[in-house]
Amino acid sequence: MNEPVVQIKNIHKRFHQNEVLKGVDFSVNEGEVVCLIGKSGSGKSTLLRCINLLEIPDAGEIRVFGENILDVKDVNRYRSQVGMCFQQFNLFDNLNVLENCMLAQQKVLKKSREEAEKTALHYLNKVGMQDFVNRSVRTLSGGQKQRTAIARALCMEPKLMLFDEPTSALDPEMVGEVLTTMKQLADDGQTMIVVTHEMGFAAEVSDRIVFMDEGQIVEDDTPENVFRNPRSERTKAFLKRTNFGTV
Amino acid sequence: MGFFGYLNKIITKYGVSILLGIRTTLYISLVGTLVGLLIGMIVGGFRAVKLDYTAPSPLKTGKKIIDKILTVYIDIFRGTPMMVQAMFLYYAFLDLIGWSQLTAAVVVISINTGAYMAEIIRSGIQAIDAGQTEAARSLGMSNAQTMWYVILPQAIRNAFPAIGNELIVNIKDSSVLMILSINELMFQTKSIAGSTYRFIETYFLAAMIYFILTKIAAMIMNHIELRINHQLTSIPQSDTSVNIYTTKTKEED
Repeated sequence: MNEPVVQIKNIHKRFHQNEVLKGVDFSVNEGEVVCLIGKSGSGKSTLLRCINLLEIPDAGEIRVFGENILDVKDVNRYRSQVGMCFQQFNLFDNLNVLENCMLAQQKVLKKSREEAEKTALHYLNKVGMQDFVNRSVRTLSGGQKQRTAIARALCMEPKLMLFDEPTSALDPEMVGEVLTTMKQLADDGQTMIVVTHEMGFAAEVSDRIVFMDEGQIVEDDTPENVFRNPRSERTKAFLKRTNFGTV
Repeated sequence: MGFFGYLNKIITKYGVSILLGIRTTLYISLVGTLVGLLIGMIVGGFRAVKLDYTAPSPLKTGKKIIDKILTVYIDIFRGTPMMVQAMFLYYAFLDLIGWSQLTAAVVVISINTGAYMAEIIRSGIQAIDAGQTEAARSLGMSNAQTMWYVILPQAIRNAFPAIGNELIVNIKDSSVLMILSINELMFQTKSIAGSTYRFIETYFLAAMIYFILTKIAAMIMNHIELRINHQLTSIPQSDTSVNIYTTKTKEED
């Protein structure tokens, strides 16, 4: 069997007095979709951000694509292989939809303008944003923004996609379009790690659900097992509060 | 002959030298503002960049030293009068490079404006959401690329009113550069007043000209600002078939 795409061993992270990750072990195989769930402050976003080095763990080891990324010299090259989508979209406000998708291709992958544009249009088409390519990102709805952000990340043709609560900042009627886009990606075999509060999406799309609480992984199993037969009381309590699961 | 009579006479007799003064004043203040903006972008941007944890330590030390030097530059040029800077620098470099007074004036106003612009740009950068940087970095862009292609354009847009203000300040404050005996508006005014002994009329005329120049500059700046904001929020023609609910043009106060 191949080495997992992501393999995390015993990572710790603290912000001042606050220990956010207390020894987390975690791995993701190629093509897997893993959802991280848990209440706010449980460390799931921090774990995700450690994977593309937006946060640097204090201790532990993270291996991605077979190399220890904490030793990587060229962080930029590494990050270009890992796509990330944020809760607040973080589209570049000074650029239009198409330019948002082209900038990093040209500057990081050193593609020509034509190549970058071709790739950008391909992925904008994929997320259903082809009619908005020349629009200023400020005029887009939340769902359109997030789909553009997904296309922007895909343009780098990442081997791994990270989603940090991609639907939490959206109006309810726009959650669907973003989740549909993400489901398409999952169906295409994209390896994805998703921090989410969308239990329905997690149950439907993910291969594995990881439940985190107080900086530790409490449950790491198939959606079936996590939602129907959670082993831990903490998981049960969480699912009860979110009105999800059949416990 | 009354006030307006003398005014008329001054304009007829000295019109050409007044126009020359206007030209030099505009030249110095425009070039000074533009070069100052460029200096401000480089200095402000450089100071705002935070090096990665992976950066080698000589680079970190180098950055610290240059940061310190830039802080001293900003402090000195904001903390001393431009008139003093002009005289000191002009004579300090006269033997070394033998520059003309006009060159010295342009250089001094540029460096002086640069110090203010650096702070304007820095505050513009600080106002930008950290998510912009995170998104750029997550795509693999370097610190410098992120600053230049993502952060600075937004910082300049946010700081545009303050940048425009610098142009207006420069049109007025370039008058202190008369101390270098360049034929800018204030210097011309002073010579005209000296030869006609009509101080009130001459300086009234100069005040009016300065006011008109700054007013025009302010109007142009407002116009550009509105256009920038319009571009950001308007829908291109080709997209009108799409139902949009955020088509309001942002009105700036």
